[in-house]
Amino acid sequence: MTLIVTRRTRLSTAWLILLVPIVLLLIAAPWWAGRADLRLMGEIALYMSLAVLWNLLAGYAGLVSVGQQAYVGFGGYLFFALTMLAGLHPYAALPLVVLAGFVISAPVAVLIFRLRGAYFAIGTWVVAEVFRLSFAQVSALGGGSGTSLSPNIVRSLADGRDAREAVAWWLALGAVSLVIGAVVWLLRSRQGVALTAIRDNELAARSLGIDIWRTKFTVYVLVSGLTALIGALIFLQKLRISPDAAFSANDWTAFVIFIVVIGGIGTLEGPILGTLVFFALRETLADLGTVYLIALGIVAIVIMLFAPRGLWGFLRDRWGVELFPLSRRVSGLAKKEA
Amino acid sequence: MDWLNAILQGTLLGGLYALFAAGLSLIFGVMRLVNIAHGDLIVLSAYVALSFGVSLGLNPLVALLLVVPSMALIGYALQRLILNRTMGEDLLPPLLVTFGLSVILQNVLLMGYSADPQNLQAGTIETASVNLGPVAVGVMPVLVFITAVVVIAALQWMFYRTALGRAFRATSDRQDVAQLMGLNRAHVFGLAMALSLAVTALAGVFLGIRTAFDPAAGGARLIFGFEAVIIGGLGNLWGTLAGGVILGVAQTLGAKIDPGYQILAGHIVFLIILALRPRGLFPRIDG
Repeated sequence: MTLIVTRRTRLSTAWLILLVPIVLLLIAAPWWAGRADLRLMGEIALYMSLAVLWNLLAGYAGLVSVGQQAYVGFGGYLFFALTMLAGLHPYAALPLVVLAGFVISAPVAVLIFRLRGAYFAIGTWVVAEVFRLSFAQVSALGGGSGTSLSPNIVRSLADGRDAREAVAWWLALGAVSLVIGAVVWLLRSRQGVALTAIRDNELAARSLGIDIWRTKFTVYVLVSGLTALIGALIFLQKLRISPDAAFSANDWTAFVIFIVVIGGIGTLEGPILGTLVFFALRETLADLGTVYLIALGIVAIVIMLFAPRGLWGFLRDRWGVELFPLSRRVSGLAKKEA
Repeated sequence: MDWLNAILQGTLLGGLYALFAAGLSLIFGVMRLVNIAHGDLIVLSAYVALSFGVSLGLNPLVALLLVVPSMALIGYALQRLILNRTMGEDLLPPLLVTFGLSVILQNVLLMGYSADPQNLQAGTIETASVNLGPVAVGVMPVLVFITAVVVIAALQWMFYRTALGRAFRATSDRQDVAQLMGLNRAHVFGLAMALSLAVTALAGVFLGIRTAFDPAAGGARLIFGFEAVIIGGLGNLWGTLAGGVILGVAQTLGAKIDPGYQILAGHIVFLIILALRPRGLFPRIDG
């Protein structure tokens, strides 16, 4: 009897094959989608990135942050500063934003990792507030009222409005691919096995010799740098930044948390599905304004109370489906027992 | 003299922050729950007082007689109906459920009262002041500070001298054993939340008399209360008063340097204390 341990399933292989035409179709979007649709798709891609990143933080590493807006705003502001004040080309500024995100989040992590559990969550919020209040003091970036991206920087991206919209979309698509790719890579690596162990039982993981602090630190820094990149792209699309918009807890944390909770926390597919559900709801119910937010909050609470693993968790428990080849499965065992 | 004045005003402001913090500290001590909606519940109390004031023509300080029991009832119901279902080993459910509550509360208030800033009119007591030698202090801030001291002394007495306090401490130590000894855990948790929101009601009304508030004002109150708890040391009620005072003084001194630095100075002092004394100044229990 041979036992085979594999991460691939027939479904995951089919999905990865299917992903090729999907991605090609998405790359070609500027030729088949209207301007408004392209903008919406860009927004979806950026929200999906934020959700996948937050899920890695909260769902896998157990670091429930309610302050990721700190890095969204930091990335946005730094991108504006690097292009407008330092005169860098946007393409040169983007990798620097990621790097700066890594550099700034490391000391923040050292400090707030002293807070445990729920107090860690509020600590992240304090950090976001410190970022917001600090950037509001920078008068070169418009202080409390914010600033707009100067037109020549926007023009340096591409000639003509349609070409610029296309570039913005490709950047968003590139970002979400980078984020999902990075998370798949991380989860399949040695670190990822440690992370999954921590997700399932922190005490047991520690007793197996996993350095919990270092694993969490790596995840926090990685997620923060990539979140800063997403922040830069969000405000490249918006063309205007202000402290309240850049560090909005509602926009960059509340929505993201709802997306992940509804989609299914602790799975890679959950936040992806959650983003699509979130935008489907938003496009149909957004006219309701505050009622929409109240409904979203109630749905999230009900899911947390009665189906804490979210939509994808439900699908997975029921049919064992997994789109990305992440968890190991043993085959050949069942035959002998039968 | 200006600096002395700033320190004095900051100390009195610390009384209000201690009231924000006491409710948070209480439920953390009893059931290890951190309520992300705490700040929004403070703001809700202010709106409840506003409604009583408008409908019954009550001075907000008199309305406290109605607001405190209303909030306590809301707290008991909230704990029994929703939050008790989330209590367990996993930190995520209570955190995310109270986060959802926070968003719901903010938007319900926005629907009911609009985004316009409101404040509570307490009459002449708002502007009354007494001269203490070279500096003058407002009667209201002094009243708030004294209330904070009395509330914390009362909570302390309740915790260590009464049957209810014994039930709280027993449940805090070992939930399952407390249950075996005949304590109904769900009920004890409900009472703790009721008490927490009764203190919150005081904090909300005092906040509303002191400054204008709007439906989005809760987040900052949660953060101030949380900072006071951490500075003072987890599980130490008198510590929350010390934490509140340190935070209040940091803010008024920051504002003295530049109005833009008021809130920032408080956060920075908090982060410095977190860096130097991660367990706070007077810790009692582990997080």
